[in-house]
Amino acid sequence: MTESIIKNAVKPIIEIKKVWKEYGDHIVLEKLNLNVQAGEFISIVGASGCGKTTLLNMLLGTEAHSRGEILLDGKPMPTEPNATRGIVFQKYSAFPHLNALENVMLGAEFAKAPLLGKVFGQQRKAIKEKALDMLTAVGLGHAAKRYPSELSGGMQQRLAIAQALIKEPRILLLDEPFGALDPGIRKDMHKLVRELWQKRGLTIFMITHDLSEGFSLGSRVWVLDKPRIDPQQPERYGAQVVYDIALNSTQIIPSSIQTLIEKEAAVKNTVQENTHE
Amino acid sequence: MRLMNSKPSRSMRIVLGLLPFIILVVIYTLASDARLLDNPSDKLLPAWSSFSDAIQRMAFEPSRRTGEYLLWVDTAASLQRLLLGVGISALIGLVIGVVNGLLPLYRATLSPLVTAISLIPPMAILPILFIVFGLGELSKVMLIIIGICPILIRDLQLRTQSLPVEQLLKAQTLGANTWQIMIRVVLPQVLPALLNAVRLTLGSAWLFLIAGEAIAATEGLGYRIFLIRRYLAMDVILPYVVWITILAFLMDTILRLISKRAFPWFHGKRGEE
Repeated sequence: MTESIIKNAVKPIIEIKKVWKEYGDHIVLEKLNLNVQAGEFISIVGASGCGKTTLLNMLLGTEAHSRGEILLDGKPMPTEPNATRGIVFQKYSAFPHLNALENVMLGAEFAKAPLLGKVFGQQRKAIKEKALDMLTAVGLGHAAKRYPSELSGGMQQRLAIAQALIKEPRILLLDEPFGALDPGIRKDMHKLVRELWQKRGLTIFMITHDLSEGFSLGSRVWVLDKPRIDPQQPERYGAQVVYDIALNSTQIIPSSIQTLIEKEAAVKNTVQENTHE
Repeated sequence: MRLMNSKPSRSMRIVLGLLPFIILVVIYTLASDARLLDNPSDKLLPAWSSFSDAIQRMAFEPSRRTGEYLLWVDTAASLQRLLLGVGISALIGLVIGVVNGLLPLYRATLSPLVTAISLIPPMAILPILFIVFGLGELSKVMLIIIGICPILIRDLQLRTQSLPVEQLLKAQTLGANTWQIMIRVVLPQVLPALLNAVRLTLGSAWLFLIAGEAIAATEGLGYRIFLIRRYLAMDVILPYVVWITILAFLMDTILRLISKRAFPWFHGKRGEE
């Protein structure tokens, strides 16, 4: 037991070795070489269309990489989604035909009832209790009987997180989870996610458009960008992780990223102005 | 105020809704009276009293020839065919629709076939049905199935395919296999869509039922109408048509209520329907 813990501490949970992703001539990602230790919180930031989602999909198992290898615990990453990696999308994560409690119970039920996908009696009681605890942990204890359509955006995301966590995944993937939320609610969600991450020792990958969110929440930030651009043939070169910044240490954010943050903020402001018009 | 902005009050709406029916009844009565005045044995527009006589005769007195209460015998026969045809179609539509929608391998095989079958005009193959399945119940039920099943399959397939892909991915990360996703994620979500689709195809189902009965049957609502057409018995035909309409309306209402009761999440999401 102790041996495996020591081993895990040394061995990265995810290794990305010389990974390329290309669609025909179109190169999306190139030369990715990254190791991730268990317990890291990685924010993935970058411009739209630079391959953030592709990277997340490769970790989820819905897209295959073209070259190189991605290892999970030293073994090739499963090529389809499974219970080792939980996910929370920006929306549509919860099942509309089940109430909050049933939504959270579902994952546990799948494991116990291969044929019906539904459990009864004593087993059901146990799962229900666990699911209620989970709902309480994300602050939804009072809304167990409500359907997702009756929950606000923030509550739906809380539900989606609880739903994923009942499977006790070691890796949690967040695909712009707070992109559709109001700023105030976003703050609450940040607090919740940080809490869950620390308490449960999760390894989290989070895509975000919001650079400041990425930096304040993550323990490590990957900035995806294309270092080389051929103006005649923009698909010729793919994006790489141009900055890999560990935030645990009191590291100063590189000035180029500082400008990136400012640029993004400026863009956001103009967008807001435009939508107001 | 602009016309588009004036809305009727509740009682006003009821009055306005009833108005066309009242006008129709008045016009009918006037026309019928005028014709009967001209020729008391006119059969085209019978008087209201002839209708009540006919209803009394068909529904509440045993037939002189067979001793049966014809309206009820006809209704039972037709409803049995209709419910069998629609029920079997719904079941096939649900199974094939969900399988087609969720599993690309099956879709590749079955989808072109379903499309091809849905393009065959069912009435054109009615003679084939009579030859293959005989003149009994089976051929009439088959006509309904062939007529509405492809529509149901295609509708359910589309519903299944339009489920957000996020949901299906999420279910996989919760450890579900294909079968579990099918019965716990997809099936409950397409059931209300199935009820809706059945409501929309009920009209076609009645059409095929009556067409089948008109050609070969020994009882049934459609059979009766086409039988007495020979005697120009409008006093029976019109009440039968009204009765069929009432039955169709009741079925539609029942399906709507079932859907509302059984799938509150579906109606909550989309408002009143």
